[in-house]
Amino acid sequence: MEKKDLLIIESGNITQPFNYAVGLHGSKFFRELKDNKRILGIKCPKCKKVYVPPRRVCGPCFVEMDEFVEVGPNGKIGSFTILRYAFIDPETGEQKPVPYGYGFIQFDGADTLFQHYINIDDESKIKIGARVEPVFAKERKGTIRDIEYFRVIE
Amino acid sequence: MSKKRVAIVGTGQTHHKSHRPDVNGQELINEAVQRGLEDADLTIDDIDAVVIGNMDHFEGINYTDCWSVDGSGAFMKPIMKLTTGGTTGSTLGIGGYHMVASGLFEKVLVIGWEKNSESDTTGAITTAFDAVWDRLVFAGAISGLAVEAQAYMAKYGATDRDGARVSVRDRKHACNNPYTQLRKEVTLDEVLASPMLADPIHLLDVCPRTDGACAVIMANEDVAEKICSNPDWILATANRHTYTYLGDVNWGELDSMAGAAKDLFNKAGIKEPRNEIDVIELYQPYSFAGIIWIEDLGIVGRGKGAEYIWSGATDMGGELPINPSGGVIACNPIGATGLIRCAEAALQVMGKAEQRQVPDVNIALSSGFGGCMWTDLILHGKKKPDF
Repeated sequence: MEKKDLLIIESGNITQPFNYAVGLHGSKFFRELKDNKRILGIKCPKCKKVYVPPRRVCGPCFVEMDEFVEVGPNGKIGSFTILRYAFIDPETGEQKPVPYGYGFIQFDGADTLFQHYINIDDESKIKIGARVEPVFAKERKGTIRDIEYFRVIE
Repeated sequence: MSKKRVAIVGTGQTHHKSHRPDVNGQELINEAVQRGLEDADLTIDDIDAVVIGNMDHFEGINYTDCWSVDGSGAFMKPIMKLTTGGTTGSTLGIGGYHMVASGLFEKVLVIGWEKNSESDTTGAITTAFDAVWDRLVFAGAISGLAVEAQAYMAKYGATDRDGARVSVRDRKHACNNPYTQLRKEVTLDEVLASPMLADPIHLLDVCPRTDGACAVIMANEDVAEKICSNPDWILATANRHTYTYLGDVNWGELDSMAGAAKDLFNKAGIKEPRNEIDVIELYQPYSFAGIIWIEDLGIVGRGKGAEYIWSGATDMGGELPINPSGGVIACNPIGATGLIRCAEAALQVMGKAEQRQVPDVNIALSSGFGGCMWTDLILHGKKKPDF
C-alpha cells in the first residue's frame, strides 16, 4: 500500500475541562498571595525544612506540617533555562510564546525552589545565584499567575 | 512458595521509526511480541501472564491492557498494566521480574510500546505534572533536563562541548543497531551548531520522538535453561522515587539514581561498579545525563564524569562501553524505551547483540529514567545468582 493510502484520523479541537482541588494549605497560600502579596512556606516540625508551596506532609519525615512561615518575596535563582523551541501548551491548546525564562526561584527563608517565569530582557543577567524579585499582577485572582514573573535585581 | 531466580530467555523489538502510519497500537505491539516469541522459540500458549505498559497520554487512549489483547496475545490470560512515565519500560521489566520471582507465574511476557507520532510529545508530558503548581512554565522533558544541566555546569564547571561528546558517542554507536531510529554519525561541531532548544541543550543533544515496541520474555529457574542455553539472569533490581513538586528536586545530582544504585549494588554484592560491570544501557534522554548520572551511579566521583567520557572509556572498545545500542538519543518510543534498555542489556549478556556486541559481557546494567527525576535499575548477569 502506498504511504498516501495510510489514513490518519485527526481528533480535532477537543477539550476536556477539569476542576482541580488546591487543598487546605495551597488555598491559604493563594489567598495570602492574592490579598496581601505575601508568600507562605511551611516548616517541618522534625527536619525544620521550609517548603514552598506549602503542603501537609513532609515526605522524607512523613509527618504532618502546620507551621506556616512567611518567605521572600525576594530570593535567588536556584537553576534556570531559557526555552527557545515552540510547543503546544496543554493549558491553552496554543503554541507557547518563546523564548521565555524558566526559573527555579529560592525564596529567602525557603529550602525548596519555586517554578516561575524570569524576565529575560537582558539574558546576560540570568545566572544561578542572581537576586530576583517578583512582579505581582495588578489584578490578582488567587492563582500562580498572581505573580507575573521574577526579575533580576541590580 | 519460595522466591525463584529469574532469567530473560527472549527479546523482540520493532524497527523503530519516527512514524508508523502502517500500524495501529496493537499491530505495533504484535510485531514486537511475535519477534520475542520467535527469539525464545516459544508460542503464545507457553506464556502464563502478560504485563504491558505505555504512557496513555501520548495516544489519548487509556487501558492498553484491555484494548490490545489481540496484539499482545493476552486473550483470556492474566494481564495487567504498569505506567510510571519515562520509567514505564524499566518498571515493566521490574514488574515482570517480581511476577516470575514470586513463583506464581513460570513464564511472563513483558511488553512496552509507544506511538509518539500520535500527539505533541511535550504537551502530553506536561500533563504528567501538577496542574496547579507545576505547569505554568514547564515545557516537557527538555525544560527539566536543561535545568539539571545548568545546575550541574554551575557546580562542576562542565561545558556544552562535554555534553556534545556524549551525543557524538551515542550517535556513532547507533550506526551498529539495525533496530534504532537515527543512524547517522555527527561531529562535535555539528552538535554545538544545532539549534538551541533550552539552554544548554541543542537539538542534537536530545532524543527524538519514536513509534516502537519491545517485548521481553522472562522465565523462572525451573525452565529458563531449557528454553535458552545461555539466558540473561536478573541479579537484582532497584528503584527510587523522590518527586512531589519539581522545585523539591536537588537539581544537578540525581538523588533517585544514587539511592537506587546503592541499593542495587548492595543486593548484588557489587563493590566496584566500574570494574565489575562490563556494559551499561543507560536511559539517557539527553547528552549531559551521560556525564552527571555516571557519577550518581558511582562509576566515577563527583565532577569527574566529563573527564571519563573524554577518555574514551565509555566508547565501544573502551573499559566500560555505555549504550552500544545508540541509546535513547537515537530512539525514544517512551513506554518501550526502558524495556529496550533491559532487552539490549540482555542481548549483551546472551552474546546476541551482533554488530553492537561488547566482548565477554558477564555483568550488564540497564536503567530507566522519568521526567519526575525517577530511577529504575536492573542488573543482568551471565551466571545464575546464588541467593
